[in-house]
Amino acid sequence: MAGVTSYGAYIPLYRLSRAEIARAWGVAGTPGEKAVANYDEDSLTMAVAAARDCIAGIDPKSIEGVYFASTTSPYKEKQSAATIATILGLNREAFTVDFSGSLRCGTNALRAAIDAVNSGSAKSILVCASDVRLGHPAGGNELAFGDGAAALLVGDIGVIAEIEGSYSLYDEIQDVWRSDRDLYVRSGEDRFILAEGYSRVIHEAVTTAFKKFNLTAKDFSKAAFYSPDQRQLGMVALKLGFELKTQVQDILHSEVGNTGSAMALMCLVAALEEAKKEDRILLASYGNGCDVFSLKITDNIAKVRDRRGIKRHLASKLMISGYNRYLRWRELIDIQPSPRPPIELRQPGPAAQWRETQGELRLRGTRCKRCGTPQYPPQRVCLICQAKDEFEYYSFLDKKTSVFSFSHDYLMATVDPPVTVAVIDFEGGGRIMCDMTDRDTGEIKVGMPVEMTFRKLYYVGGIYNYWWKCRPVRC
Amino acid sequence: MESIKDKVAIVGMGCVKFGENWDKSIDDMMIDAAYEAYEDAGIEPGDIQAAWFGTVWAGETGQIMAAPLKLPYIPVTRVENACATGSEALRGACYAVASGVCDVALALGAEKLKDTGFMGLPQTRPNATWSYRLTTQTPPAVFAMMAIGYFAKYGLSYEQGKRLLAQISVKNHHNGTLNPKAHFQREITLEQAINAPMIAYPLGLFDCCGVSDGAAAAIVTRADMAKSFRSDPVYLKSIQICQGPREGFMNPAYDFAHVEETYRGGIAAYAEAGVKNPREEISIAEVHDCFTITELTIMEDLQFSPRGRVNEDIESGTFTLDGTLPVNTDGGLKCFGHPVGASGLRMMYEVYKQLQGKAGPRQVKNPRLGLTHNQGGEPGAATVSVVIAGNELQRS
Repeated sequence: MAGVTSYGAYIPLYRLSRAEIARAWGVAGTPGEKAVANYDEDSLTMAVAAARDCIAGIDPKSIEGVYFASTTSPYKEKQSAATIATILGLNREAFTVDFSGSLRCGTNALRAAIDAVNSGSAKSILVCASDVRLGHPAGGNELAFGDGAAALLVGDIGVIAEIEGSYSLYDEIQDVWRSDRDLYVRSGEDRFILAEGYSRVIHEAVTTAFKKFNLTAKDFSKAAFYSPDQRQLGMVALKLGFELKTQVQDILHSEVGNTGSAMALMCLVAALEEAKKEDRILLASYGNGCDVFSLKITDNIAKVRDRRGIKRHLASKLMISGYNRYLRWRELIDIQPSPRPPIELRQPGPAAQWRETQGELRLRGTRCKRCGTPQYPPQRVCLICQAKDEFEYYSFLDKKTSVFSFSHDYLMATVDPPVTVAVIDFEGGGRIMCDMTDRDTGEIKVGMPVEMTFRKLYYVGGIYNYWWKCRPVRC
Repeated sequence: MESIKDKVAIVGMGCVKFGENWDKSIDDMMIDAAYEAYEDAGIEPGDIQAAWFGTVWAGETGQIMAAPLKLPYIPVTRVENACATGSEALRGACYAVASGVCDVALALGAEKLKDTGFMGLPQTRPNATWSYRLTTQTPPAVFAMMAIGYFAKYGLSYEQGKRLLAQISVKNHHNGTLNPKAHFQREITLEQAINAPMIAYPLGLFDCCGVSDGAAAAIVTRADMAKSFRSDPVYLKSIQICQGPREGFMNPAYDFAHVEETYRGGIAAYAEAGVKNPREEISIAEVHDCFTITELTIMEDLQFSPRGRVNEDIESGTFTLDGTLPVNTDGGLKCFGHPVGASGLRMMYEVYKQLQGKAGPRQVKNPRLGLTHNQGGEPGAATVSVVIAGNELQRS
C-alpha cells in the first residue's frame, strides 16, 4: 500500500510582521507575521530546499518521479520538475510533471503519486508543493499570504504513513483565482466566498469521505487542512466534529501565513513531525474542489525525525526591517535604477548554460585522480599537478564549508543592496566564490560555517538565472 | 634565455592630463599624448616604424590609433592585458626594437571611460559562463576580500587595518597635489579616509581609485642609438608579465593576503634586471594602487617590506616622497587616475621624468632605477606587469 516514506519542508528565513504592513497603510493590523521569500527565492528554489530536506540520505536514483505543484511557477512553459530532477540527480527516465491550476495542485500531485505507486508504474515519487503568491498592496490577501514549500516522498517500502484512502470532489466556482494576465490573486465578494466557497466544499468532501472510509472525526489524531484563515478553519473543524485545540493542525497562519498550494502539505509535515505510530491523520485541501486523504502512521515514523521540516524552520527567523523592503524584494515598485551598466549585459547564453548544467545546477566539480585535488568549476587540466583529462566528478553540495573571506558590495546593482560575496573553503578540499544570502551583514566572520542553498540570481532576457549561494547554517 | 636589459631605450614620452575629460575624445587624447612624445624625442611622426596600441575598451585593431594619428600604413597592433595593457604595449614596442625588425617604435595607451553614461567601469562580457553565476564581481568587492584576508592573517583589527589603508590614501593624495596632470589634486585627512562611505566592506570611498580618461605614449629605440635622440635616455632593464592560472578562487592554499603574480613577476623582473636587493636598489616605484589594500600588499609582494610587516614601513613613512623608497610619487592610480589602457605608460612617464631629474616638486634624490607595476584582474587571478628602467647604460 502506497504511503509517505519521507517528508521535508521549507519556510523562508525572513518574516514581516502584519502590524508593520498595517502601519504602512494606516489601517488596523491583524496578528502575527508572514514568511517572506527573499528576493532571490521563488517557488522553484523553495521546492528544491524542501526536496533536499525530504530526501537527505536517500539515493536519488531510487526516486522515479518528481511532481512539482505550484500556482506561481517561474515559467508558464518550461518545466520546473525537470529542473528539480536535474538538481537532485534523478535518472533521466524519471517521470517529471508540473501541477498547477488551483491551490489543490499540491494534493492533486500527492494523489497522482499514490495512484502511480499503487498501480505499480513507479516505486517512489517525490511530490513538492511551493508558492509565492501575491496579494494586492493594502489588501487583505497581502496581509494573509505567506511563502513556503513542502515535499513528500511517496512509495511502498519503509512507509511511515500509509494512505488508507483518498477521496476527491471537483467544484466549478470563481471564488479565489488569478488569470494569466494578473500579478495579484483575486477574490470574489467575502459573503459569497464564505457561504459557497471553501467551507461548503470542504464540508461536503470530508463528510462524504468519512462515510467512504467508515471513519469519523473521533478516529483522527489530527486534521491537517488547508484554510484561508483561522476563522474559517475553526468553523469547518467544529462542524465536522473536530476538537479545535487538540485535533486541528494549526500553526501556519500566525507564523507563516497562507502558503497557497503548499499549505495542506506543510500542515501534514507539521503533523508528521509530532505523530506517533497508530495515529491517524486526515489531510484535506481546497481549490475548485477538495482532495481528502486518510493516513495511518506506522512504526517507521520514528526513523524519520531528523528533518528540518516545519518546526526547525519556524524557529529560525529574521524579521524584515520594514514593509518597503518587501515591496523591493517582490519588485512591486519601480525604484530608481542604479547608475551602473544595465543587467542586460549579463544575459546568460542557453547553449553555455546547457553545456554547464551538471556543474552549475548540481555544484559538481572534478577531483584529479593523480593528486586527489577537488576543484570547482570542473577542470580538465588539474590546477595543482596539470594532469590532463585524468579526473572524476566530485560533488561539493553536501560537504561542510566555511567562510575564508568576504565583502559587502555597496556598488553592485541588485534588488537589495549590499551584495555579500564570499570565498568559501570545503572540507575535503576545494574552494568556491559565490554570493552569500539570508544573512545579517554585521554577523559575518571569517571562519563561520555556511551551507549551500539554491537561489535565483537575477532575471534577464526572459531567463531566470539560477545557481547556488551560501548562507550561514540555517537550522 | 636572453633578457631585454640595456637593449632598448625610451627617448620620448607624452602624457595628457587625466580626469573627466568631457571635452576631449579619445582621438584628442591620443593625438596630444603622441605629439608630446614626438616633440620630446625630437622626431617627426613619419619616423615611427611600428606601433603598439593599448586599450581595454576603446575598440579593436590598431586602426583605432592609426586613424586619428594618420599613421601611414605601418604595422599597428592593438593589445590588451587588463590593467597591464599599457605596459604590454610598451613590451611589444620594445621587443620589436630588440629583435632588430625596427629601430623606432611607438607605444601608446588610451582609455575613454566617461562616455559610457554609467558609473564605474564599462561592463565587460565575461568569457566563462560560470561567472554569470555571481551577482557581483566588482573590483572593489574582490579586492575588499584581500583586505579581510590580510587583516585576518596578520591579526589586524578593523581599526588598525583601516588606519594603515588610510595612510596610503593620504600619501597618494598629497603627491597628487604636486602634479598638475593628476585627476585629483587635493589633500585628505586620515579621518576622512577612515570614515568615508563604504564602497565594499571594509574599503571606503578613499580606498578606491576613481574612473578617469587619459592617454600616454612612449617612443623607444635601440639602446645604441638612443644618444642620437637625446642626452638622457632611459634604458629598459626588465619587462615582465606574469599571468597566473586563476588559482585563487579554486585553491584554498591562496591566502587572499598577497598577489602571487606580483611576487613572481617581481622576482622575474629583478633577475632580468640584475637587482639583488629591491628595497635598496629601487629608487622610485609606481605601483598599481587601484585600492589602498593593493598598494599595501604590493609592498610585500615586491619585497620592499618583509611579509606581514609593511605596517612598520607605512607608519615610518618609508614610501612617502621624503622616505627611502618613494612610491607613487605622481599620485598613483588613486589621484593621477586609472584610464586602464594608459596606466602602465603613465607610470613609466613618471619614472622617466624622475630618472631625468624633471619631476619638479616631486623629484626624488639621485634616482638610478625606477620600477612600474600593474595588476589587472583580481587577487587570486591577476595579470601583472613589472618593468624596471634606469638612467645608466651598464656594460656587462
